[in-house]
Amino acid sequence: MGIVKATKLIFDYITRDEADNVEDVKRAINNLNIDITQGDFVAVLGHNGSGKSTFAKHLNGILLPTEGTVFISDLNTANDETLLDLRKMVGMVFQNPDNQIIGNVVEEDVAFGPENIGIPTDEMWKRVDAALEAVGMTAYRYKSPNKLSGGQKQRVAIAGIMAMKPKCIVLDEPTAMLDPNGRKEVIKTVLELNKKENITVILITHYMEEVIEADRVIVMDEGKIVMDGTPKEVFSHVEELKKLRLDVPSTTELAYELKQAGLKLPDGILTLDELVDNLLPILK
Amino acid sequence: MLRDITLGQYYPVDSFIHRLDPRTKLFGTMIFIISLFIADSWLSYGLATVFLVIAIGLSKVPVKFMLKGLKAVLVLLIISVSFNLFLTDGEVLFKFWIFKITREGIRVSLFMGMRLIFLIVGSSVMTLTTTPNALTDGLEKSLGFLKAVRIPVHEISMMMSIALRFIPILIEETDKIMKAQMARGADFESGNIIQKAKAMVPLLVPLFISAMRRATDLAMAMEARCYHGGDGRTKLKPLKYKREDILTYLYYLVYMSICIAVVFCF
Repeated sequence: MGIVKATKLIFDYITRDEADNVEDVKRAINNLNIDITQGDFVAVLGHNGSGKSTFAKHLNGILLPTEGTVFISDLNTANDETLLDLRKMVGMVFQNPDNQIIGNVVEEDVAFGPENIGIPTDEMWKRVDAALEAVGMTAYRYKSPNKLSGGQKQRVAIAGIMAMKPKCIVLDEPTAMLDPNGRKEVIKTVLELNKKENITVILITHYMEEVIEADRVIVMDEGKIVMDGTPKEVFSHVEELKKLRLDVPSTTELAYELKQAGLKLPDGILTLDELVDNLLPILK
Repeated sequence: MLRDITLGQYYPVDSFIHRLDPRTKLFGTMIFIISLFIADSWLSYGLATVFLVIAIGLSKVPVKFMLKGLKAVLVLLIISVSFNLFLTDGEVLFKFWIFKITREGIRVSLFMGMRLIFLIVGSSVMTLTTTPNALTDGLEKSLGFLKAVRIPVHEISMMMSIALRFIPILIEETDKIMKAQMARGADFESGNIIQKAKAMVPLLVPLFISAMRRATDLAMAMEARCYHGGDGRTKLKPLKYKREDILTYLYYLVYMSICIAVVFCF
């Protein structure tokens, strides 16, 4: 059984007027079923309003399903009594780096989570050291978060989650507010954690370049899963992706155009090396 | 850069006083203030002066910084000293028009002046040697007993430290909004005070909205990191009394006993 299991998940955003009457119901997630395996790197794609962030917020009980269930390991997210255990297991990194750092010093911020779950002080120092080391921010531990770049702040936020020793990290568009360098920094860190510490990563994003190295790509549209597979499989369907108002990685796009123009290239080319390897025999 | 501003007035050097536990410093300031209010003779004020000079000496903070705080209360100082000087009855020393200066007046106004100056300088010693965060921690721990009467001490101190973290961010944001509006022709500089205040309204509204949005985000991030109030919370850096703190408390005890002895015996 997988670490994340959502069954027939439905979520409605309900707008109420002042008299508490329902004004408008917007279905953000519509009958979604998913099963994610422990240790996988899963990328969730979709344009704005596709329900991907809403889905992310279901994974640690910030939002509760209107209908259906979400299970993390064997915990139901709707169960109030196990909510803390659930949040220990599923860490979450949000979009705005400034609005999720609580501490006035980097190491104090990393300790915020462990402090909340009552880890003894000695053990906490060990966890803080290890977490900062894992994201490569040890050199900045005494700095004020205000003096870090966006990418560094997100790495601190990830360290703050790591210090709680989660099984799964959900990143809700962690790179949307970063420059290209910061984006690379964050994705590299996440990839390393996934490979070295075997942590399940669920990355919500709309940058195609970030999902190339994922084990599994899920494409959402109007609250439903419309594509699900390895990056290669998903990016083989360039036409469909374009219909969903999504881009494909620029290399894939180039390969696709070349193929349209008559070159005999396979579908779903993701990296530049791959493209070169396939092009060379043709051009010779 | 605006983000580099230092909050509070912490003066970063390493000194005996800087190393003391914030609770010790809070308690010391309290003792000092009490001793000022029970003081009624030159001897008592002399004692307080010695206590203050020792503290300033040990803190390694330049005296100039200590005296900075006085600027803010200068007017208050002048008013209260002159009232006491001219309006105290007693043996008249000097008289012109409706003003008269008495021997008692001089004495009372000098005491009043010293008391005010010492109050300000004494609390500056604490704020200059303690970071705002340490101060918040110290307050939370030493006011912990108030939890018994349902005062949410932990929540208040958490709010204080979050406020401290967001002040530079909000200042930067204000600057951004100001520039964005200036680029579209807003005028924050000319006009009288009322016009300037009115020009601030379109600045404050977006700032408040953005602060609210940040607060929602932060609350969600804190919840996602298992924040559930102060119960069962441990600390990365728990406050612990060291040998220096115990010695300092003994020193307070000696100081306070002498002060009380002086008040009752002379």
